[in-house]
Order: sequence, then structure tokens, then C-alpha cells
Amino acid sequence: MSVLVFTENWDGKFKKLSFELASYASKVAEMLNTNAVALSIGNVDESELKKLGNYGVKKIISLNNDALKSLDNQAYTSVIAEIAQKEGSKVIVLANNNTGKGLAPRLSVRLKAAIGAGVSQLPLSVSPFTVYKRAFSGNAYAHLELNTDVKIITLSQNSFELIENATGASIENASVTVDGVKTQVKEVQKQTGKILLTDAEIVVSGGRGMKSPDNWGPLVELADLLGAATACSRPVSDEGWRSHEEHTGQTGKIIAPNLYFAIGISGATQHIAGVSSSKYIVAINTDKDAPIFGAAQYGIVGDASKVLPKLVEAVKEAKAK
Amino acid sequence: MKILVCISNVPDTTTKVKFVDGNTKLDTNGIQWIINPWDELSLTRALEFKDDASTGVKSVTVAHVGVATSEPTIRKALAIGADDAIRVNAEPADAYYVAAQLAEVVKKEQFDIIICGIESSDFNGSTVGGMLSEFLGYPSVSAVSGLKVENGQVVINREIDGGKEVVSVPAPFVAIVQKGIAKEPRIAAMRGIMMARTKPIKLYEPVAIEPLTKVASFEMPKARAACKFVDAENPKQLIELLQNEAKVI
Repeated sequence: MSVLVFTENWDGKFKKLSFELASYASKVAEMLNTNAVALSIGNVDESELKKLGNYGVKKIISLNNDALKSLDNQAYTSVIAEIAQKEGSKVIVLANNNTGKGLAPRLSVRLKAAIGAGVSQLPLSVSPFTVYKRAFSGNAYAHLELNTDVKIITLSQNSFELIENATGASIENASVTVDGVKTQVKEVQKQTGKILLTDAEIVVSGGRGMKSPDNWGPLVELADLLGAATACSRPVSDEGWRSHEEHTGQTGKIIAPNLYFAIGISGATQHIAGVSSSKYIVAINTDKDAPIFGAAQYGIVGDASKVLPKLVEAVKEAKAK
Repeated sequence: MKILVCISNVPDTTTKVKFVDGNTKLDTNGIQWIINPWDELSLTRALEFKDDASTGVKSVTVAHVGVATSEPTIRKALAIGADDAIRVNAEPADAYYVAAQLAEVVKKEQFDIIICGIESSDFNGSTVGGMLSEFLGYPSVSAVSGLKVENGQVVINREIDGGKEVVSVPAPFVAIVQKGIAKEPRIAAMRGIMMARTKPIKLYEPVAIEPLTKVASFEMPKARAACKFVDAENPKQLIELLQNEAKVI
């Protein structure tokens, strides 16, 4: 028996999400009186692999195969299913990101394993195996029973604290035969030099209250000062003021940063649905009755164009101290 | 080329949800039902393909798993422009159950491209599309933000974590699509609404499948503390609160 966690890498490096997954899987393993095993696919060197052992996993399986260079949902599913069966895994943990969303449902059918998707905390109980998951786009939560021998959990990013627990994990190089890769990658554009919206611990987001795409200067400056990513509301991306990759909300990106600035965003239900898991929300809006203040812990009633420059100055001053 | 768009029937996204039967079921009283927003975008893109003769797309079918009360949502999809519809006459028990039913439909009807929205706004599982592809043994591409036909081949843009890729897979395949796939959902015109009345909805009876999950109960999100207001002239105070009280910067 084991808990298997698929820890994705980015150009051979893990990121905080990988360690969140390792920490989570280790805790689930503890609940089941078993061990967590991490699976890494790709060219990751030993010193990097060892880092997973700082978060409670007992064994790290490293799989480096040229056929798995880019994501092919079918080939990856076969490989993960094979390893899970070999390790006798009762729970498989993946990230609730683009990769995890591509693989978890295929694994579910392959292994006849129930999925708890978009989970943000440890299972409520192991018998019956019940997870706590987001439902109705954040307007409710479900206690969902996973009634199969093997279970799959996809964990939301930035929802589970890192738990350091150095195990001196062993590293095992595995080899598998990969066939049937059908995804042909023609072009790759990596986002460079910018903090990924989904990775960011602080996000500064603008809405229609910014009035024009030309007014984004101080918002971007604030984000840079705070090491934050920039985002926007749906009308802003629909108008083409900002790219649709910045759209946070129900139909855009669902994020859970530690701090979210909603600037000139009124806070329609659909917007709140995408950001309500943020630990803190700061709202700046001219309308004191705007629904965003109902979701925020801190608020300023005022015009974004006037408040933002002052806020930038205040951050600069605080940083100079 | 034949396209299938899978549609889910969900409460309007502004609905204040409530639960009944010991918080195990959604209170459907007074709920406005809509086509799941991502599925509506999928349908829009599929119809854009059909409008452009060079793509070779001949028909767009919608499929739905649900009981008779969800027919208005199917009619809406037909009014927007789908040629015909399939309804599997069953209560959608869970994602696995729904995907298994859809797989039976696809095996009988055969499509070249199957499009599913990445998520439904009610259960937020992001699973039906991927499960369907695995039941069928078809390739799947997830997080799709663009679909084009170039020289008879479908070219797919997908988002990966940390970038974008242009990929292709052989048909038949399942595209699991998200924001960006179409600009704005197409709206039904009066002519479409009239025509939808006579378009066929083919009925399938469900195959026996055990769902894998069960909702033990629903609960409402925990209420947040009231908002603390800071004077617009003094954002310094906000920074102090974020540093010393929230400790997030």
C-alpha cells in the first residue's frame, strides 16, 4: 500500500506547488498508516529530486524517457497507472492544474478510481473516504465520498501549507516502455520573466473602474514593487484591455493567493467565484456598496486613479524602512 | 467532419444556492437553468467552424445527460445553431456516470471532434471530458484555448502551466476547452428559436453504470469577517495593516 503523488517539474526544477503536493500526500499517507511515494517524470537531477524528501515522502521514483518530453495525456496516464499498480497505491495525488486536470480523469477511468477534484484540505475521514471540495463555483462546499478501492485527489495550488519533514528518501530510477504518443507539439511559447498568475502569492487585479487600458501603469508598478502578478476582471479582458490569460473569475483563472488586490472591480458573483479562496482581499472601489467589499477584509472607498499612486508611494516608503 | 459538443445544464451563475434533504440536494426551486458557460463557448466555436466551408465541418450535434426537465437547455443550444441533439434520459449521478453514458452515445453515432467544456459551474470537477476520452480510447487535449483547421488538419492551442503550446492529435479526439476558445457566446436569434422547435432531439436510455462518488452533504462557505475600511487619503494605513495584522507583505 502507498500514496502516490505525481510531482511535475518545470525545466528540471520543482516549484512550491510540487512541495505542497508532497506535503499533502505525506499527510494523507499518515492518515492511512502508509508511506508516500513521489513520481517525477522528466530530466530532473538527483539534488533536485532529493528536495521532495524534505516534505515527508519516503521514496522518489524518477522516470526519464524522451517519449514523455511533452504532455501526452494517454501516454502519461499509462505510465502513472503502471507505477501506481506496482506501488499498490490506494490514493493518487495530482495538482489541480492544467496537467492534473488532463490526467486525473483518464486515470480515474483506467483504474476505476473515484476523483475528489479541486480539494483544498486533508480528507475529512478515511472511512468512508470523504473529501471536502469546492462546489457551485465557490458558493458551496461538498463532503464527497469516494467509494472505490483506489482514490484520486487533485489538490488546489496554494491551499495547503508546506510541512517540512526530512525523511532521507530513497531515489529509484524506473524505466517503462512508452508507446502510442499521439500528441505532436509544433510550437512552444514559455512565459518568461513574469510571475505566473497561478503561482503568485500576491496578485494585483484591475477592473472596469480603471477606466482605460492606458491607466494600468501604476497598477503594474504596484505589482512589481510587491513581487506580484497582474490580473484583471472579465470585462477588461473582453474589451481587450488586457490579455485573456489575466482574466480571473469563474470562467477565467481560479486563484488562491495570500493577498489579492481588487482595484476598480465591483465584485460580480462570477468574479468572486475565481478569487474567494484568497487568504486576504483588498478592495478599492468608488462605490461603498459594491459587492466586492463583502468579500474583502480591507477596503478603500475611492477612485483607483487617485488611490493607486498614493498606494505605490506608501509601498515604496514601507520598503525603504 | 462531424462535431459533438457535450453540454451540461447548470444553475445560472448568479444563483444563491440553497440545499434541501438534510443538505444533500440542491434546492431547485426558482432556479434559472443555463448551458454551462464553457459548453456555450464550445458550441459557439463549433458553429464558427460550420459557418466556414473550408473547415469541412458538416454538422454540429449537442449531447446531454439529464432528465426531461433539462430540455429547455437543449432547445436553447438548438436555437443557437446546433443541427440536432441527443439526450440520455438519466439523472446525472456523478462525472463517471455521465462520461460513461456519453461514451455509449459516441460509440453509436461516431464523431470526428468532441468538444467538452473544461469544467461545469455546479460541481467544478473538470473531469467529464477526460473520462469520456479514456472510455473511448481517444486522444484528449486539455486546457484548449484555440482550435483551427489548417490544410485539413485540426491545430490546437493549449495552455500548459507556464506557457502555451500548439499541438495536433489525430481525429477522432476530445478537446477539453476553456476561456479563449471563442470570444463571446453566440446568442439565439428569433429565427433560430423558431427553427429549434422542429429540430430533432434523439433520446437514449442510459446503460447501467455505478457512480463512484456520493455527495454526503453540502455546506455554505464560512462567512468572512467584515471589511475594515481605510481612508482613501491614507493608504499608508492599509500597508501597515497588511504588514502587521495580516502579515502578507
